[in-house]
Amino acid sequence: MTERNIGDVILKVDNISLSFGVMKVLDDISFDIRQGEIRSIIGPNGAGKSSMLNVINGFYHPQQGSITFKGATRRQMAPQVAASQGIARTFQNIALFKGMSTLDNIMTGRNLKMKTNLFWQALHIGPARTEELENREAAEKIIDFLDIQAIRKKPVGKLPYGLQKRVELGRALAAEPELLLLDEPMAGMNSEEKEDMCRFILDVNSEFGTTIALIEHDMGVVMDLSDRVLVLDYGKQLADDIPDKVRSNQDVIDAYLGVPHE
Amino acid sequence: MIYRETGQFKANYQDDQALFPIEQDRYVIFGILFLVFGVVPYLMNEYWLNAILLPFLIYSLAALGLNILTGYCGQLSLGTGAFMAVGAFSIYKLMVAVPDLGFIPLVVLSGLITAAVGTLFGLPSLRIKGFYLAVATLAAQFFLIWLFNKVGWFYNYSASGMINSPPMTVFGFTITGPEGNMTAKYYLVAAIVAVFALAAKNIARGRIGRNWMAIRDMDIAAELIGVRPLIAKLSAFAVSSFYVGMAGALYFAVWLGSAEATEAFDINQSFLVLFMIIIGGLGSVLGSFLGAAFLVILPIMLKNILVDGLGTDSALATHLEFIIVGVLIIGFLIVEPHGLARLWRIAKEKLRLWPFPY
Repeated sequence: MTERNIGDVILKVDNISLSFGVMKVLDDISFDIRQGEIRSIIGPNGAGKSSMLNVINGFYHPQQGSITFKGATRRQMAPQVAASQGIARTFQNIALFKGMSTLDNIMTGRNLKMKTNLFWQALHIGPARTEELENREAAEKIIDFLDIQAIRKKPVGKLPYGLQKRVELGRALAAEPELLLLDEPMAGMNSEEKEDMCRFILDVNSEFGTTIALIEHDMGVVMDLSDRVLVLDYGKQLADDIPDKVRSNQDVIDAYLGVPHE
Repeated sequence: MIYRETGQFKANYQDDQALFPIEQDRYVIFGILFLVFGVVPYLMNEYWLNAILLPFLIYSLAALGLNILTGYCGQLSLGTGAFMAVGAFSIYKLMVAVPDLGFIPLVVLSGLITAAVGTLFGLPSLRIKGFYLAVATLAAQFFLIWLFNKVGWFYNYSASGMINSPPMTVFGFTITGPEGNMTAKYYLVAAIVAVFALAAKNIARGRIGRNWMAIRDMDIAAELIGVRPLIAKLSAFAVSSFYVGMAGALYFAVWLGSAEATEAFDINQSFLVLFMIIIGGLGSVLGSFLGAAFLVILPIMLKNILVDGLGTDSALATHLEFIIVGVLIIGFLIVEPHGLARLWRIAKEKLRLWPFPY
């Protein structure tokens, strides 16, 4: 692997606790993500991985703790703030706009780059047209990058699963994010599709310099891709280290394989 | 064979994003525009213009408005009749108060007033969705109609509670009132509908339209991309009500000439327009026109055929008409639940490849 440029801390999460009623979903979680790294979050089902991502981009509001993104510390995020600050994400269950074409999905991802008002848009001349064309060009770059030219005009609802996942990645990339959160990008894929997806993730990271945080259950993928791995179990932080150390961590092994109860 | 795009290459994004990227479509649309403005007014007599084309065009505009809200933004509304009433009563008050402004600006102005009212009644959409929102808009329907009946100021305290459109002219032709020039009325309405249909299409294919559809398809993901649900939903309500309001204004001032709130704008109007977009196709500008055509023209055609052609008793004919239209609606929805616009698209796809199956 080539020399990697890992920079300063871009996102820092301090003592996050989140509960729904009596259910404690996240319990005092602290970790950081550095500029340019690929960070994985793993853990058994129900460990709070997706909830952690939801806290980072503002869907869930934690009861305690703080989130520091690009130097600004907040008690909690709001989805729009996260989006405008450069956090994009994909979902575990694909959350594409099913009635729209691939191109429109990716163009919608560029929403925050577009500014013209209703009046110009209704006329579709002048600034509205220029803006549309500029963003189309940017969207086409992403389409080329993900190799989905052929399905550009197809409604995404009818695409096969693997391609939908790819379009969703494209939509997230369209926003030119600094931090990309991927929630199980390879769930339900065959090994070939997984390989493709891994390649895209590595390329996004090295070509665009995008910081990536991903949740994944395929340990092979996680250990190969990530710079550092955070392990959660029942909302608690079990380990946070480089892949090799995590692999030999007894707590992690116990959480995954189970320990006999005395 | 005729409808084939082989050899039509697009060398830049501008061509690819054109409204009608396929050459044949452009011929068709120019052909239709030529028919609408150049041929139809000279072929049709007053009856056809007044009984079929005017209501068709006006309902198309209303359907377009509702389609923006329900088809593109996914917010179900049953308040269309009331919003049409807002447009009608606005233009009535304006025509009486400031007739000097000219008729077309007044139509736009009453659209804007309706947009404000619609936005207000759109506020519940920020909290509730789907059927529950439909019930909330139903409240708008009943409240507004009650208001227009109850408060005399709206109908200038006329004894009957009716509003009558005073005569107004556009470019020297009388547009409203009993002496209105039918051809002029037709031209005016057709022009307004054409302009605003183009505007709707432009909005729908741009950023704002995409944001509406994003909210419709997956609101959580939309929020994450930076679409603000508040702005997207309320702008859909505003633009939609603007169209519906203008349709209401034309409906009253140009077509009916006089109206009474409970009769002209009751809940049946809301349902009628909703059925138009469901049958025509949700989220399609073309669908709004097809749906309006289906529900305006078909009953009249049936009536003509049954009463004049077959000599059926007119009361019986009305019942038969209900039955036939109802059966046809069910039939169409079974064959193609996505409406006439989808049928049209499938036909186009097939034509592109014809005579080969794929």
